[in-house]
Amino acid sequence: MHWNSFSDFIAMGGHGLYVWGAFGVTALAMILEPWLVIRRHRAVRERLARQLRAEARLEQAP
Amino acid sequence: MFRIVSHTIARDLRLALRRPADLASVLFFFIIVASLFPLGVGPEVDLLRQLAPGVLWVGALLATQLSLPRLFADDYRDGTLEQLALSPNPLGLMVLGKVIAHWLVSGLPLALLAPVLGLQFDLPTDALWVLAGSILLGTPALSGIGAIGAGLTLGLRGGGVLLSLLVLPLYIPVLIFGAGAVDASVSGLGPGAHLSLLAALTVGGLAFAPWAAAAALKIALE
Amino acid sequence: MRMIHWFKFSAPSTFYPLAGKLIPWFWALFAGFALAGLWISFFVAPTDFQQGEGYRIIFIHVGASWMSMFIYLVMAFWAGMGLAFNTRLSGMMAQALAPTGALFAFISLWTGALWGKPMWGTWWVWDARLTSELILLFLYIGFIALTRAIDDSRRSDKAGAILALVGVVNIPIIYFSVKWWNTLHQGASVSLTRAPAMASIMLWGMLFSAFAMWMYAVAVALMRVRTIILERERHTDWVRELLLDRS
Repeated sequence: MHWNSFSDFIAMGGHGLYVWGAFGVTALAMILEPWLVIRRHRAVRERLARQLRAEARLEQAP
Repeated sequence: MFRIVSHTIARDLRLALRRPADLASVLFFFIIVASLFPLGVGPEVDLLRQLAPGVLWVGALLATQLSLPRLFADDYRDGTLEQLALSPNPLGLMVLGKVIAHWLVSGLPLALLAPVLGLQFDLPTDALWVLAGSILLGTPALSGIGAIGAGLTLGLRGGGVLLSLLVLPLYIPVLIFGAGAVDASVSGLGPGAHLSLLAALTVGGLAFAPWAAAAALKIALE
Repeated sequence: MRMIHWFKFSAPSTFYPLAGKLIPWFWALFAGFALAGLWISFFVAPTDFQQGEGYRIIFIHVGASWMSMFIYLVMAFWAGMGLAFNTRLSGMMAQALAPTGALFAFISLWTGALWGKPMWGTWWVWDARLTSELILLFLYIGFIALTRAIDDSRRSDKAGAILALVGVVNIPIIYFSVKWWNTLHQGASVSLTRAPAMASIMLWGMLFSAFAMWMYAVAVALMRVRTIILERERHTDWVRELLLDRS
């Protein structure tokens, strides 16, 4: 362990902005992408389920 | 085999010459783009001479790319393409003919025009020759690679912009060796290596691209 | 026998639940590798005597660059499979991989810029590798734009496949030409290769983060391919059963 304190860790020897900018954006991208994929998957599922249920009701109606 | 290619070339040339305005607009696009740069960066002769190879090559590249959507579009609309795809002749050879015809009405005139524009940029005489030669050597590859893009985007909405998105990254090697040849000539290094690499790209492009473009056309016609 | 086995899994109706079962495992592997990679990058790897702490960026930069290239190859592989064997799933796989590959190409460029600024004093150099990475991003964008522009899914898969294969043939040519161009304009750029001899602990850090990104890419691609399968197979019986049973 070569960090004396937490603020030392954040400062990254004066390169903090660059290091955390790189790691932060990477982390953000790797959270955002799965989130968008999951959201789209749910939306598609719900839309298709609604369509299928509506079709089923139409078939039963007469 | 040779007959199919030459027949397609003759047919496409006849069709292209029936509409000379299309041909002229590509050339004027090239002239205008090349003339915009001095207006944008200023008239310093040294700077212009340094920029000339890149600017003229990018101009030629964009002008070639601009005329690509028409490569198959007319034949697609009137159903000729479908008939050609159904005929027993290999579609790749027909595409090769169309590529050569496209080059004859775009790459060849661009190469003849480029030295004149090079004068605007104060290029030395040797470099003017190399410029014309490099465009002459490189544009067949551009037409070939462009045919793949034109086949893939055939009949799509917004096809023109999409086509440039697909094709321009693939044009980068041709641009590098083409502009590099003129650069090398200006700086006295001799353009030989660049020109032979450019020739290799063109040979490779003309050997492979028509078949890929033919496959793309078959998919578009399904 | 084995062939039959594989083709069974390449049917979307079998693959959909299989992928659903696999996804949590890949996320677990991702978490393990990511923790190990982060631990090495921040707490084990020593400060570089030349580059200070800023060099820690390369732990993600190198992994992201590797993945962006690797995913393009995998994408082209699936594209080729789709053209050769006419399997529906292959095209869907290629389309599911493309956005993740583009994302890694972007991360590679972004971290490269943030690394370059403290090391070379500039955000961007026209270095051969950075330039090639940028062109790779363009190729991904072209693939995504083309496949999204075609509504018919069969044509979209096949057109994308041709583009991916043309791209794969061109990548070495592009890389060679960019390298050639770079050596001719030596004065304008700084070479990336002046990085000091790599300590083995640094290599481990890079490998772990690259593995983490690999697992991440597999998990996200599987999730995305499930969405694509649902959309394309919406008229089939198995999707009907799946969706009506649940609700």
